Amino acid sequence: MAMNYIDQEAVSRQLPKRIAINKIIRGLFFGSTLFGLVVLAVLLYDVITDSWGWINWNFLTSVTSFDAANAGIIGAITGTLWLMIIVGPLTMILGVATAIYLEEYVKEGRVRTFFETNISNLAGVPSIVFGLLGLTVFVRMLGMGSVVLAGALTMSLLVLPIVIVASQEALRAVPSYLREASFGMGATRWQTIKNVVLPAALPSILTGMILAMSRAIGETAPLIAIGIPALLIPLPSGLFDSFTVLPVQIYYWTIDAALNAELASLAAATIVVLLVVMFILNATAILIRNKFQKRF
Amino acid sequence: MAQSTSVSALIKEKRQKSKRQKLENLVPAFLFAAASVSVLTTVGILLTLIVETAMFFSEVSFREFFTSTEMQPLNRNNPTFSILPLLSATLLSTVIAMFVAIPIGLTTAVYLSEYATESARRVLKPIVEVLAGIPTIVYGFFAFTFVTPVLREIIPILDRTNILSPGIVMGIMIIPMVASLSEDALSSVPNSMREGAMAFGATKFEATVRVVIPAAISGIIASFVLGISRAIGETMIVTIASGSNKNLTFDITQSMQTMTAYIVEVTSGDAGAGTTAYYSLYAVAITLFFFTLAMNMLAKYISKRFREAY
Amino acid sequence: MSQVSVKQNAKVELQPQGEKAEAKKEIVYSTEKVNLWYGKTHALHDIELDQREQEVTAIIGPSGCGKSTYIKTLNRMVEMNPDVKVTGKIYYRGQNIYDRRFPVEELRTRVGMVFQKPNPFPKSVFDNVAYGPKIHGIRDKKLLEQIVEESLKGAAIWDEVKDRLQENAFGLSGGQQQRLCIARCLAVEPDVILMDEPTSALDPKSTLKVEELVQELKAKYSIMIVTHNMQQAARISDRTAFFLNGEVVEFDKTDTIFSNPNDSRTEDYITGRFG
Repeated sequence: MAMNYIDQEAVSRQLPKRIAINKIIRGLFFGSTLFGLVVLAVLLYDVITDSWGWINWNFLTSVTSFDAANAGIIGAITGTLWLMIIVGPLTMILGVATAIYLEEYVKEGRVRTFFETNISNLAGVPSIVFGLLGLTVFVRMLGMGSVVLAGALTMSLLVLPIVIVASQEALRAVPSYLREASFGMGATRWQTIKNVVLPAALPSILTGMILAMSRAIGETAPLIAIGIPALLIPLPSGLFDSFTVLPVQIYYWTIDAALNAELASLAAATIVVLLVVMFILNATAILIRNKFQKRF
Repeated sequence: MAQSTSVSALIKEKRQKSKRQKLENLVPAFLFAAASVSVLTTVGILLTLIVETAMFFSEVSFREFFTSTEMQPLNRNNPTFSILPLLSATLLSTVIAMFVAIPIGLTTAVYLSEYATESARRVLKPIVEVLAGIPTIVYGFFAFTFVTPVLREIIPILDRTNILSPGIVMGIMIIPMVASLSEDALSSVPNSMREGAMAFGATKFEATVRVVIPAAISGIIASFVLGISRAIGETMIVTIASGSNKNLTFDITQSMQTMTAYIVEVTSGDAGAGTTAYYSLYAVAITLFFFTLAMNMLAKYISKRFREAY
Repeated sequence: MSQVSVKQNAKVELQPQGEKAEAKKEIVYSTEKVNLWYGKTHALHDIELDQREQEVTAIIGPSGCGKSTYIKTLNRMVEMNPDVKVTGKIYYRGQNIYDRRFPVEELRTRVGMVFQKPNPFPKSVFDNVAYGPKIHGIRDKKLLEQIVEESLKGAAIWDEVKDRLQENAFGLSGGQQQRLCIARCLAVEPDVILMDEPTSALDPKSTLKVEELVQELKAKYSIMIVTHNMQQAARISDRTAFFLNGEVVEFDKTDTIFSNPNDSRTEDYITGRFG
């Protein structure tokens, strides 16, 4: 042997300890990974037991009320639907257009860096700050008041970065030979995008859209900031009607639960409804992804 | 006849072509307009915050806001404005959250990236990520109606609203973020590093601690910083579960109000537009905005600056 | 660990035939009927090979013939791939290393490995070399410095890096990085060094340096080297094994393999008729 600094006997003696440490760590880290699962289970258990017996047809179809026994969430459901109807198409158009602009037209250089830096910074802005923007610009400056349109526009700006980034990734995944083939046949840039690139990227774009929607229907803070009322009886029927949404309904019932324990059950029941809706949205996204996932 | 049809066809084609050309030119303009929305949003946020904050500081001095310790914005006779109590609450809740999120997130990342078999990974990773998809309002409810009562069994002096419980729950919410970003960093360390380490007889744990984690450290720290940014900006959990006490304190058993929770209270309360309390909203929001922006830029800087080129 | 009985056993069993001088060189590694599957792909067929002390064994063969896989079975690094199944026996100094009770970490402290692509850690030159000794419990700073210096000298790179020990190892050239990896390997005082195409990523000049180094190291270590370069095998090895399609076609003294091979396929390969 060349050198003789390492005492091989000592190494052998220590080895069982080192191997045992590795095993213990492995077990601990596995436990830590399961921690999330445990919390999830406890959370669902808590929500479901709290809501037990409260979710029924009456609850889903009644308007809200001071009387917990008769209160329902049809108002919040309608409001959430209204929000989706506007946020979905609006962010899809703006988000996909922005992504096309950055991926297919600008491509490299300072302009793109500028836009992308801006988008990624925007994605990190706390949602409550978007709420203040909505409050100041849409509700106050443009005088809309706390109506469907103001909420939807605020929410659209909030999820727009998510849609843009998802669409960019979808477009980037379309291989360049498809574009080249189209250009090669004499198609213009826009024809290529419209007929070749977008159809190929559509499933991924839709997946990203649905995930963004699921974020939007769970957001609470910006809508509270634009001043959604705590108790609202009439259902919204247009862009300029007052409205409430599921998470805001949950918020007001939760903070009032100290006064009336039944309100906590109402909040839990609404949470179950919200989680079910989100579960359906996410499952749809996964289905779309699996069905259309193409390996280019 | 044949001649004339071909001529008219030619004209037709030419017309179509010019129409197509017009479209070709119009499209980028439309796309640019769409892309500008995100820029306008940023401008809108900055302008709103700056203008209204300026209004606030025309009534309250910088010094009072940043150095006094009394926060009584709705006191009719003598309203006082200080961001320090709100900052202390934000700081405390963030620290508590990171005490939960960093150890669990990082160890989860190490397990998934270094120990788990491929099939175990496929099952465990989505479960961890489900936690990230749960709306914060649900976490708020969970903190308020479950975690706080449980904690009060253990710590009887805990107030009904306190900063400890939402801090912990916020940490749980941030676990997936830390775990998945750290895991990305760990798995981008090339296998040759692990092989190199293990070829000397290092156990998996030794190879991970001495080689893989140091090699991925920039990405891991960036994930912590992003987690911090997320914790600072988180609103609903603290609004619901930590109450609205505006005391400058570091006692985690007490009710405290974070910057975000303050904004919710004032916007949903009865501070009318034009009052100083209303403008204080923007001064708090701009502080919040710059804190999170600084954290996000720091994260980006860390992951760029210290990225190893393998 | 009860080494003695097994050791004797193996020694008797695997006594090389012929020359007396060689009989004195103890067998370090012996491989019996080793088969290996990657999932359903049968990658190694009944491999039988010996490695003697203070010798260089070269493993040659066309790419995909299993030579890298084989060398990785010797320190069980092959298990880093999922879905690997190994049967047969590999004795390292008389102990079956595929025995479940045999700790792989122990084996790897005795058997160093140099990889195809230099894989220094993103640490300083010093820390790269000190890594192994530290893992094995050496904390004394003076001692570490000594080990680092001697290892770097042993790997013939000391003069080039002695003034930049604290610099990041990524700043070295490819050839330097590979010699650093050899130094890193020497620092844990191995008994055997496995080299998996150590010069394939290097320029001719660095290759020559590594080859010279292998010749020097032979005095103290047993070395097994996988190479795609037949001239290299001829230059530096004492014995050569020719692998083809996961089988050992021929294993003999290097001189014999290159001057008078038994098998026509070996001849075809070394005369460049295929591969």
